[in-house]
Amino acid sequence: MRTESRLEKILAAGHLAVTSECGPPRGALPDKVREKGKHLEGIVDAVNVTDNQTAMVRMSSLAASVLLKQEGLNPLFQMVTRDRNRLAMQADIIGAYSLGIDTMLCLSGDHTKFGDHPMAMNVHDIDSIQLIQMVKGMRDEGKFQGGAELKNPPRMFIGAAANPFADPFELRVLRLAKKIAAGADFIQTQCIFNVDKFEKWMEQVCARGLHKKCYILAGVTPIKSLGAARYMKTKVPGMDVPQEIVDRMASVPKEKQAEEGVTICVETIERLKKVEGVAGFHIMAIDWEEKVKEIVERAGLLPRPQV
Amino acid sequence: MITAERKPLEELIEYLKPFKRVLLVGCNECVTVCAAGGRKEVGLLASGLHMAMLKSGTNVEIREHTLERQCDPEYVNELVSMIDGVDAVMSMACGCGVQEIARRFKDKPVFPAVNTKFMGASERQGVWSERCQGCGDCLLGQTGGVCPIARCAKQLMNGPCGGSTGGHCEIGDDVDCAWALIWERLKALGQEERFVEITPAKDWRPGGGAGPRKIIREDLAE
Repeated sequence: MRTESRLEKILAAGHLAVTSECGPPRGALPDKVREKGKHLEGIVDAVNVTDNQTAMVRMSSLAASVLLKQEGLNPLFQMVTRDRNRLAMQADIIGAYSLGIDTMLCLSGDHTKFGDHPMAMNVHDIDSIQLIQMVKGMRDEGKFQGGAELKNPPRMFIGAAANPFADPFELRVLRLAKKIAAGADFIQTQCIFNVDKFEKWMEQVCARGLHKKCYILAGVTPIKSLGAARYMKTKVPGMDVPQEIVDRMASVPKEKQAEEGVTICVETIERLKKVEGVAGFHIMAIDWEEKVKEIVERAGLLPRPQV
Repeated sequence: MITAERKPLEELIEYLKPFKRVLLVGCNECVTVCAAGGRKEVGLLASGLHMAMLKSGTNVEIREHTLERQCDPEYVNELVSMIDGVDAVMSMACGCGVQEIARRFKDKPVFPAVNTKFMGASERQGVWSERCQGCGDCLLGQTGGVCPIARCAKQLMNGPCGGSTGGHCEIGDDVDCAWALIWERLKALGQEERFVEITPAKDWRPGGGAGPRKIIREDLAE
């Protein structure tokens, strides 16, 4: 074991891991975080806490992670390279570890153009792969990125993201390989709606033996409505929603669409379970945390294993 | 080249309102090439300003002059004979030229007539786009001659983010994904293996992180 992370223990024991996410509130509202956490207690192995997602200012990922930790959940601390330089990031990493956080996800972050501060400077002192390298260096070599010694290194279980649906497709596996070479212990993928394309990606991943070097959690999202399906299909960069999913959402009356979205999500998980190299699932129920329990239950992933 | 765009007329008028005689100075280098502040633009702006200000009842005398190179003290010296006859200078050069005039003529107000934009190249007639951010440690040799610092919206040094779609950047269809371009070049050159290597965190000191930059060439410096 590299860390004390519960997620690592679950994965190392060979269980299919389940993670979900909690977007911190846009205000000093600690109860909101606790309320979202309540829906996920005992349902998932770790809860991703997003870092100014979609480039909108929210309660810091670190603060919200600590709030969840206090409620007995296992926060998965997300960090984007968009908002701070390597000094601030390293300070937050050792700060997070000092507060009991042992699992994190290294990301570049959405461009500020999409958020509520489009006038802000994008920092990008380092990129997501260099962030992975930095966290690994801190953990395994006990060194800051600048080379100085770090006392009591943060033993972080290091995650990264992968989007099998972005272009150029042929770079998607190569970039995953780079993230693993940099030190990623686990991967959470972009939401999978196009399972055929995901399977093609996973075939290449397995052909290179990458699934043996790193745990790959397949990302899924329940679609709330036909409008949401259309929005994700046309408006979200790097998202691949096949027309048949949109048609299926359109085929049921409005009041039944949420239910249909959950069913599609459960069916997707069932199909993904059969894909070689899938080590678990990351359920991104955006502002819909209360549905996660039903999805995990219907997908036969409850109760969560005790490790 | 350094690219620039003319500021709105209203902003320039505000600058010049308090003055009677103004020297409008162009530059024959980059701003001429990108049609922002060369001899031709000096002429157009001078008459534009004069007319617009006359309309609002202000008669400003605008003298025109275009220097060979406004960022070079040798050429800026040419203005010595003209400077006493004016109350202020408006420069149509990039920020380097404006600052050279301010440095040379300490008691003369100087105003920029253009916004200096970026180091870029001409894509086609009338279109310029950013190509270089002067990071001081060129990595074009590793990236097939396409710069991810200047051309990737997130300055990613190890490949495209998850927002790259059909060769476009996630910020807009009018922006190429730098990494899609890099990958096409590497493939064409048979250098795909260059992508596999991890580019480590960049040292930003040569890129401005160590403060204002300077080049001292011992063999040339006096």
